[in-house]
Amino acid sequence: MTRTATRSPVEATAERQVQAPPPAGGRGRRRLIDQARAYAFLIGGLICFALFSWYPAIRAVVIAFQKYTPGSSPEWVGTANFTQVWHDPEFAAAWRNTLVFTLLALLIGFAIPFVLALVLNELRHWKAFFRVVVYLPVMIPPVVTALLWKWFYDPGAGLANETLRFLHLPTSNWSNGTDTALISLVIVATWANLGGTVLIYLAALQSIPGELYEAAELDGASLLQRVRYVTIPQTRFVILMLMLLQIIATMQVFTEPFVITGGGPESATVTVLYLIYKYAFLYNDFGGACALSVMLLVLLGVFSALYLRLTRSGEDDL
Amino acid sequence: MTTRTLLSPATLARPRGKAVYWTVFTGVVVLFALAFLFPVYWMVTGAMKSPDEIAQTPPTIIPKHWHLSGYTDAWSLMQLPEHLWNTVVQAAGAWAFQLVLCTAAAYALSKLKPAFGKLILGGILATLMVPAQALVVPKYLTAADLPLIHTSLLNSPLGIWLPAVANAFNLYLLKRFFDQLPRDVMEAAEIDGAGKLRILWSIVLPMSRPVLGVVSIFALVAVWQDFLWPLMVFSDTDKQPISVALVQLSQNIQLTVLIAAMVIASIPMVAMFLVFQRHIIAGISAGSTKG
Repeated sequence: MTRTATRSPVEATAERQVQAPPPAGGRGRRRLIDQARAYAFLIGGLICFALFSWYPAIRAVVIAFQKYTPGSSPEWVGTANFTQVWHDPEFAAAWRNTLVFTLLALLIGFAIPFVLALVLNELRHWKAFFRVVVYLPVMIPPVVTALLWKWFYDPGAGLANETLRFLHLPTSNWSNGTDTALISLVIVATWANLGGTVLIYLAALQSIPGELYEAAELDGASLLQRVRYVTIPQTRFVILMLMLLQIIATMQVFTEPFVITGGGPESATVTVLYLIYKYAFLYNDFGGACALSVMLLVLLGVFSALYLRLTRSGEDDL
Repeated sequence: MTTRTLLSPATLARPRGKAVYWTVFTGVVVLFALAFLFPVYWMVTGAMKSPDEIAQTPPTIIPKHWHLSGYTDAWSLMQLPEHLWNTVVQAAGAWAFQLVLCTAAAYALSKLKPAFGKLILGGILATLMVPAQALVVPKYLTAADLPLIHTSLLNSPLGIWLPAVANAFNLYLLKRFFDQLPRDVMEAAEIDGAGKLRILWSIVLPMSRPVLGVVSIFALVAVWQDFLWPLMVFSDTDKQPISVALVQLSQNIQLTVLIAAMVIASIPMVAMFLVFQRHIIAGISAGSTKG
């Protein structure tokens, strides 16, 4: 900054002269200096993107076809990594769990925030309070949330079973039961993340013109009909956008199964990302880990591309 | 005046409407208190119970005796000051690197017309299509052995700082904001002899305060809340941030002490949220409708 701030007047005049027709040969040099300057600003960010986005993306594909352990030279093995992970008994479980997790998260974690936002939007009091409280869990570190719920799910003195006992309901194994573990994790993820979704819905609901409701009511539309024919069509874009975002996010779930269940019981909560982690850091098989990464990448890339297209076209509409 | 919503003001003004409204209102207050505030209360007070009390059934809603020893034990036994400090260093560095390098890059892409600028921007935007977690393993291998210079960023805060810069979302946010800044102010400054850096520092940055605030909050929250990447980067226990340390230590530590540590780990982000809640909530709400 100091250099440019205390430039000599000569330099400044030289720059001003550019606007007049420059002497032959000067223009090329001038352009070169401009380019060098532009790249001086760009270079730091560019190196980081190259190292930690572009290069790893290419490398994932390359290593997927190699036998790779750090320290020794990689060896080409064709599609062996893919067939190997394909025959891993945990492979099917991991994909099934990830898909079920995503579907459950869509069912639970999608309907609840929408209904909550609908109700909150009708309330005239304590608006700031509701917004802060609903977003509070989002600000608690995910690891803390996971440990907190692990404690709640404790079959002995856990709060979850205590509540059921208090209500005279049968208790559950929660995260410790093969059939209940996955849904237990979905509940945690929903609790932790719904605040953001509710706030986005609230913003979308507030942008609906009131006249639409008025007109619908004059036409005799009931409350549910107004939701069906005014609210949902008017927020359709945001609903679709959030749905894609949630699919992308939940398919990468890791912290909850890692911290709460450790993938168990009997690989009931092993997710794809967890399996990738296992291949890399437990089996030391980076080829297998990258083969799995590529599969996840391809699947999620489709949803991401859809999402980007949607937000782009949405922008044009605005 | 609030705009009209699903329910008309007339419906709400009727006696029946009023009764239903207040019933629903009370229901929502109770639901929110139970669902979102009670778990936090349970955590904060759980840490103050004695080890016997926390294991007893049925549990006590209010601790019989209030112990602060859970908190003091967590502070000393779990080396919380060190882990908190590690987290602060990692988050602050990631924030600073992101702010400096992303701002500079966004400024160049927006105002300086570098050759291949469109291509570079396209490459940056393309990374938005690649979900971050799916790339952690090759990213880890790169950090473990940087190409050409063959150094390892593992167990070093640089392993958090540099990858944090490769954040296409924040960079694009900055670039789009810079695009909207009026050209004539910058041209006037240029005619007055200001250099590119001077224009960035004295004109662009002061005008960009809102977007810089948003990017800062995003950057800090992301590092503080992250788990998988620091779990991979820091195998050295002493250098781990609090999120990783909590999980590693959770196995063999008394429950009340662990819960106290969880509360302590949550305080910085929750405190930041309570202080900046207006801005954070406005940012989330605005970010959605505009895409």
